Amino acid sequence: MTTKKFMFVNRKAPYGTIYAWEALEVVLIAAAFEQDVSLAFLDDGVFQLKKGHQTKGIEVKAFEKTWGALEDYDITKLYVDGDSLKQRGLSADDLAIPVEVLSRAEIGKLMEEQDVLLSF
Amino acid sequence: MASIEVNGKSYETDEEGYLINLADWNEEVGAYLAQTEGVTMTDQHWEVINFLRDYYNEFQIAPAVRVLTKAIGKKLGPEKGNSQYLYELFPYGPAKQACKIAGLPKPTGCV
Amino acid sequence: MLHIINKSPYDRPALDSALNTGEGAILLIEDGVYAAAKGGAAEARIKAAQGKFKVYALLADLEARGIADRVTDGVSVVDYGGFVDLVAEHKTNQSWL
Repeated sequence: MTTKKFMFVNRKAPYGTIYAWEALEVVLIAAAFEQDVSLAFLDDGVFQLKKGHQTKGIEVKAFEKTWGALEDYDITKLYVDGDSLKQRGLSADDLAIPVEVLSRAEIGKLMEEQDVLLSF
Repeated sequence: MASIEVNGKSYETDEEGYLINLADWNEEVGAYLAQTEGVTMTDQHWEVINFLRDYYNEFQIAPAVRVLTKAIGKKLGPEKGNSQYLYELFPYGPAKQACKIAGLPKPTGCV
Repeated sequence: MLHIINKSPYDRPALDSALNTGEGAILLIEDGVYAAAKGGAAEARIKAAQGKFKVYALLADLEARGIADRVTDGVSVVDYGGFVDLVAEHKTNQSWL
């Protein structure tokens, strides 16, 4: 199978819309087909990674648990825009999993290197 | 909505026979679902089923075959962490068939 | 009037639209609750609005997003029952969809 570089660009907050969860599903599918997968979190997408989600009250699956499976899928390239975090009062310590915090320009460069960008 | 009946109790399933409610599952339902798949359950089968249920509880997803194989190898030993072993137990696809028997949704990426 | 906001203040101008339109009470729900979190750019806007508006945020949505422990001072946290009470107490309500 040909391997392509897929980057998933996540820009939406979790739960308010279905985008974030759908993105995660497609990410897992791409990884199951052994593609070179990376994830970028920009704008409200950084909220997906915030730790301490307690979703019992809104009766949906919490993201936090599923992030733990990314490693099993060999997904290790997770990039987060530092300015998006800062604007929202967050830092890397607030996130549920280890990520690489980059500038928007650095993420832009990584986007240029991809074969496929998928936007959520 | 389709349904199955086990010991006089009715359980909702989708058109492909996957349980709708995760919490409906018990060993009798699992055994019934295995029967509909033509799988005769042994301890080795239950080991995989229990592994899948634990995996789902921890990560909220049913793993793809490749991931399942690797994770089983890590937990139950390399002699079980290969697709030949899993396909012998579940000939129509370990992820697809075992997930059904385990009462989990059809795995993401399972086509 | 009760203003209900369900959009993130960082993604849509719904919060500012409400703040610039009248006075009364603001109820933050769904992604709108991000406006109630301390430390972000929205904190100052919520604080500045507190003279004109009483600001509420829905507990289940704060908890889901992991921000129930960092709610801006002066914002009242309500449960679903409180949501119903707010709607009942106000003659009209406007959802800034």
